[in-house]
Amino acid sequence: MAALGAPLRTLRALLRELRHTAGRSYRDSPAYRHVLAAFRAHRVTSEKLCRAQQELHFQAATYLCLLRSVREHEALHREYHGKGERSPQEVAGLVGFRLPQQPGGKG
Amino acid sequence: LSRLPPAAAGSGPVGPCGRRAYAPPAERKRFYQNVSISQGEGGFEINLDHRKLKTPQAKLFTVPSEALAIAVATEWDSQKDTIKFYTMHLTTLCNTALDNPTQRSKTQLIRAAVKFLETDTVCYRVEEPPALAELQKNEWDPVVTWAEKRYNVTIGSSTSILGPNIPASTKETFVSHLASYNMWALQGIEFVITQLKSLILSMSLIDRHITVEKAVLLSRLEEEYQIQRWGNVEWAHDYELCELRARTAAGTLFVHLCSESSSVKHKLLQD
Repeated sequence: MAALGAPLRTLRALLRELRHTAGRSYRDSPAYRHVLAAFRAHRVTSEKLCRAQQELHFQAATYLCLLRSVREHEALHREYHGKGERSPQEVAGLVGFRLPQQPGGKG
Repeated sequence: LSRLPPAAAGSGPVGPCGRRAYAPPAERKRFYQNVSISQGEGGFEINLDHRKLKTPQAKLFTVPSEALAIAVATEWDSQKDTIKFYTMHLTTLCNTALDNPTQRSKTQLIRAAVKFLETDTVCYRVEEPPALAELQKNEWDPVVTWAEKRYNVTIGSSTSILGPNIPASTKETFVSHLASYNMWALQGIEFVITQLKSLILSMSLIDRHITVEKAVLLSRLEEEYQIQRWGNVEWAHDYELCELRARTAAGTLFVHLCSESSSVKHKLLQD
């Protein structure tokens, strides 16, 4: 079985990630309620050794990894890859030129 | 100054937001307020306001597992002003399972998956530099040994350019093991294998022997080694790392959620 650490820690981190994604009404979101219900039903504690609990913990850790990675990936994308091309005006401005303007507009 | 006509997304020399010409929009505006799930005849459905979510091939979007439906709904609900499809990995996986756009049968999927074993990352070793060879031995040998024990097969590793020589009996064992998964789970398994470039790492992950983070680390072992030596480039290395983690986590979760409850399997999934 994978080295997962304390289930409580995973649960807390997972709920925190769900809070980030859901916004204001996160406590009513289906995901939040489902995760809490699942953990309560299996009563995940570090002492007990139960296959279903371990499976649930692994699932929770995987979902946590998914939410966290998507958030980080999106942040990196925004930071480095989201800007698109510069307009012709901006490109000209980079070297100190201005585009010629036709009096009275085109056409 | 001439006025630019109101640009439809992607058309015209440069749109108002500076988007590149002729590129298809990877995003569209969020057009719904509420996301909810409901149970229909074929399984669980996603509702965007009053509309039911459909696949790219216009089929009704239904999933066999409630937990999976909730996770998909969460993906849709977490979109802010624009819908970023490239972050919605679970939705994409469900769409692939429902539409099967490559039209592959279960046998073909299994064959594609097992074929990866011949060039499995953890079996393909370098001889130089010695530090990397040592790292591969220390990190990858345990996983290969685990797989050999768990499935009672011979795999081994190789420094030859041809890769390891996998006995036919080993391949047969994996073929029959994978056959025990349903079609949906197999789509997920094949996806994870393609991401990690390794059948062994994928099985190790699906059997819950290692975590997603560990599997991704082992898959990227050489990259990590080079990063340690030469430095990290955030906009490339971290970007790829996060994307690989996200996809692998989505694939793994998808496989597990589709492999639950056998009664659900019977009624709702095509094998």
